[in-house]
Amino acid sequence: MKVFLMFRDRDFFLSEKFSSLLEELVKDLELDILFEAMASGDDYLLKVAKTALLASLHDVDTIRYRQEILKDCLKNASVVRSMYTLAVETIETRKRAYLGGIFSHYPSSILSGALELLQLFVEQLKKLRNFADEYGARFESEGFTRLFGMLREELDDGYLSTVQEHLRELRFRKGVLLSASLRSGNVGNDYTLRQFPKYERNWMKTMWQKRPPVYSFSIDPRDENGARALSELRDRGLNSVANALAQSADHIVSFFEVLRLELAFYVGCLNLYERLIELGEPLAFPAPVPPNEKRYTARELYDPCLALMVRNKVVGNDLDASGKDLVIVTGANQGGKSTFLRSIGLAQLMMQCGMFVPAESLSASLCRKLFTHYRRREDATMKSGKLEEELKRMSDIVDELTPHAMVLFNESFSATNEREGSEIARQVVSALLEKNIRVFFVTHHYEFAHDFYTQRLNNALFLRAERGSEGQRTFKLVEGEPLQTSYGEDLYRDIFGESGSSSLRDKATSISESERLVSI
Amino acid sequence: MTATSILFPEELNRDGVWEGLSEPDFFVDLNLDQIVRTITASREDEYHLRVFFYLPLPNVDAVLYRQEVMQDLENEALFESVKEFSQKMHLVRLHLNLSGKLYYKYNKEGWFLEAVATYCEAVAKFAQDLSSMEIKSRGFKSFREYLLSYVQSGRFRTLRDTAKKLKDDLSMVRYCLLINGGQVKVRRYASEADYSAEIERVFAKFKQHAVKDYRVQYSTGVDMNHVEARIIELVAKLFPEVFSHLEKYCAENADFLDDTVAAFDREVQFYMAYLEYIASFRGRGLSFCYPEISDTCKEIYDYEGFDLALAYQLMIEGKSVVCNDFFLQGKERVLLVSGPNQGGKTTFARTFGQLHYLASLGCPVPGRKACLFLADRIFTHFEREEDIRNLRGKLQDDLVRMHSILTQATKRSIIIVNEIFNSTTLHDAVFLSTQIMQQILELDALCVWVTFVVELASLDERIVSMVSTVHPDDPGLRTYKILRKPADGLAFALFIAEKYRLTRDKIKERIQT
Repeated sequence: MKVFLMFRDRDFFLSEKFSSLLEELVKDLELDILFEAMASGDDYLLKVAKTALLASLHDVDTIRYRQEILKDCLKNASVVRSMYTLAVETIETRKRAYLGGIFSHYPSSILSGALELLQLFVEQLKKLRNFADEYGARFESEGFTRLFGMLREELDDGYLSTVQEHLRELRFRKGVLLSASLRSGNVGNDYTLRQFPKYERNWMKTMWQKRPPVYSFSIDPRDENGARALSELRDRGLNSVANALAQSADHIVSFFEVLRLELAFYVGCLNLYERLIELGEPLAFPAPVPPNEKRYTARELYDPCLALMVRNKVVGNDLDASGKDLVIVTGANQGGKSTFLRSIGLAQLMMQCGMFVPAESLSASLCRKLFTHYRRREDATMKSGKLEEELKRMSDIVDELTPHAMVLFNESFSATNEREGSEIARQVVSALLEKNIRVFFVTHHYEFAHDFYTQRLNNALFLRAERGSEGQRTFKLVEGEPLQTSYGEDLYRDIFGESGSSSLRDKATSISESERLVSI
Repeated sequence: MTATSILFPEELNRDGVWEGLSEPDFFVDLNLDQIVRTITASREDEYHLRVFFYLPLPNVDAVLYRQEVMQDLENEALFESVKEFSQKMHLVRLHLNLSGKLYYKYNKEGWFLEAVATYCEAVAKFAQDLSSMEIKSRGFKSFREYLLSYVQSGRFRTLRDTAKKLKDDLSMVRYCLLINGGQVKVRRYASEADYSAEIERVFAKFKQHAVKDYRVQYSTGVDMNHVEARIIELVAKLFPEVFSHLEKYCAENADFLDDTVAAFDREVQFYMAYLEYIASFRGRGLSFCYPEISDTCKEIYDYEGFDLALAYQLMIEGKSVVCNDFFLQGKERVLLVSGPNQGGKTTFARTFGQLHYLASLGCPVPGRKACLFLADRIFTHFEREEDIRNLRGKLQDDLVRMHSILTQATKRSIIIVNEIFNSTTLHDAVFLSTQIMQQILELDALCVWVTFVVELASLDERIVSMVSTVHPDDPGLRTYKILRKPADGLAFALFIAEKYRLTRDKIKERIQT
């Protein structure tokens, strides 16, 4: 029995450890905010959300498969949440049994512990099948249709009653029937539990007499050693059935665990969906296309993490970068460049895990891998120079790069002067473009941006953070030639005031970027 | 079928040779006690083979007999097949011993059958191995002849075939137990279905990933408790033919072990133990060779020899081993070893003794190439205690011991003298040493003499001087090389002088004119 809600033909696995490059991606894109919104306070949901978002899909088909399931979930949110609760409950039941029989060192105790668990699990399985019976018709996606069909088929009444019968028989009211052979020294061996033949329900009474020869003896009630020896024999015989039952209980738990795991992703999506809709943000199911189509068209693409943090609707951008491999963003400080870059990255990840995206609409080609290369604040423990550190990170990324990957650069290579930084950036970016890697580059390096601009490349797009005539920010990006100033003067004035008071300055530099965005 | 021994040629009367044997006196001085202890360590309890190392062989032919056997065993295929045979014979003894100790009849009989079956298998397999093996030694050839006719004998064949049949029959025994409370019913097995498999099948649909194994590990004990014994009695009633056959078989074959086969199994351990022991040295690039042996010619030599006891210690510590050469030619009889302390002089003397003793047992010895003398006796005179509280007593003791040696020694003896007379004046030492040396030379015995009395070196042309050496660049470092060179007593001083640029030449150079 397979759940298959994440993939059409295989299970989804939880990851606990991520490569350092992925952890950087999480940090650079402020993904933790997204994860937390999906988790809604539940650690397990958070782990699942993180795993799913960081394990991008690379085929349009599976993305569509999940999208359809997610649409079903949006329509039947309460049914999905109840199924999830059922799975969680069942797993908790097993956890409570931890001190019980199945962790004993005696097969007979393991057996009775397992029987008890299975009895409970049969009830849970019945409830699960009831979901299929009652709500199955409301679901349209391939994934749910298959899951419900399977539950109805595999857990039909006939099967469940067979299970009940076995659970009764395994209480051994008529005694335990074992077969054995002899090993060296004529010592009994291979004790194997045997089923009472059906026609011979009463063989102790009738058949023993009819079918010679049968011999018997009894242990003296005062013979404690004898009783112990006999119960060990019995235990040897029960060893493998106890194992089979305990493992079956484990298998049922694992089935519920897989169910919980795969539903957890959709429950996380439901949580996020509800939060963003509440803020009045638009959400859309994107149209993914294969990597080589180089498509990118978005309407009102926004940064959901920013929206979640400021608990408000935020500015979105339209972007038409189809056919473009390189997008260079220049322009005003605090003009929304970083936010824009984040929204590109987040939308890509969300699309590639089968989720909705933060936009009115989006159609984009898939990328093989996504990397971020952001400028880092100086690290006190860093032994090597800052530029060295940047280049080291870049080299780590290059180790992992493949064609049709995507790299988001944010003020990279600015730990040195503009000429050198520009030259490095030019070297890196040219190479990536030749390798069919999509590049989004936010930069203050005018020389670098300008150089690519003058090349008049068909596959390059230049965006500028807009600035009103009075110097106020609109946070909209417009297409345009890179300009030589980034309006630092504006910022200076903003923070220092006309007078340039130092107390104000101290206060200002301690405010984070996003807080400032809100206050403006 | 004549009984043979793998240790001695047929001609040699070997009745009661092991009786009353104990460790020879010189074992401790030559560290042979350590060597033999290491060689026999893992086998002594089972085979008591230390005693084999206490009896040097009386003639060259007996030595060659063993060298041939040992050389045959250097063939890996034969070695492995002997090893396999021994391991099985070990099991045979284990099972027999067990059968003797056990309490319940069917349990005892079961293990007895196991012992016989293992024995038959061991013998038959070994005979088969030997028949296809290239064998050169007299020892293995005559044992092979014995073994092949033994396995052809009617007695062995019946023993073997019946054991196999009984084992087969017993392995076919299947029975059922119905355990209900304190009651047990026993009957034949009638193809009832495996219930665990059925349970697995019913729940198979939930299988997701690998899960924990809940099976409890039960030991597969060799004995049975009284409940199992009761059950097996009833099983015997269910299968009366098999069990009565077993009973009869055990009674009739109580003495199934063949004496010659059993003796071979023990005696061959002498070779196995020694070859295993030297394999670890060979693995470190140290050489062993089969020495040429003579009881007449005293032109002996050994190239790249070493002290086995010391080398074993050094190997454990991961240090490298220094090899030394020696030879005597013409009339030369005495190796006089002098030179700086801690330079390996005593080790050299021990090596000389070990080589000769091991060669007299028929063993390969350390060295690339060797020719050794088969002595009638080996005498050692080592300083017994470092403590010299009783000066007069010790000198006296030295002389008493030396006298006793000289009265027993013949021209076929080897005498090893290590640092005697160092508790008296140099004058006395020179005098006494010279007197004793004269007697040894008269005896014409072989001798190694470690001493600081360098005057001895020039006493007679039959004395060869050998000197321990130090590193040319740093006299503090020993090379542990003992070289054949004049004992001028100056070598060490010259090295030190060299180091401090105080040699004659250096001083001449340094003194500017």
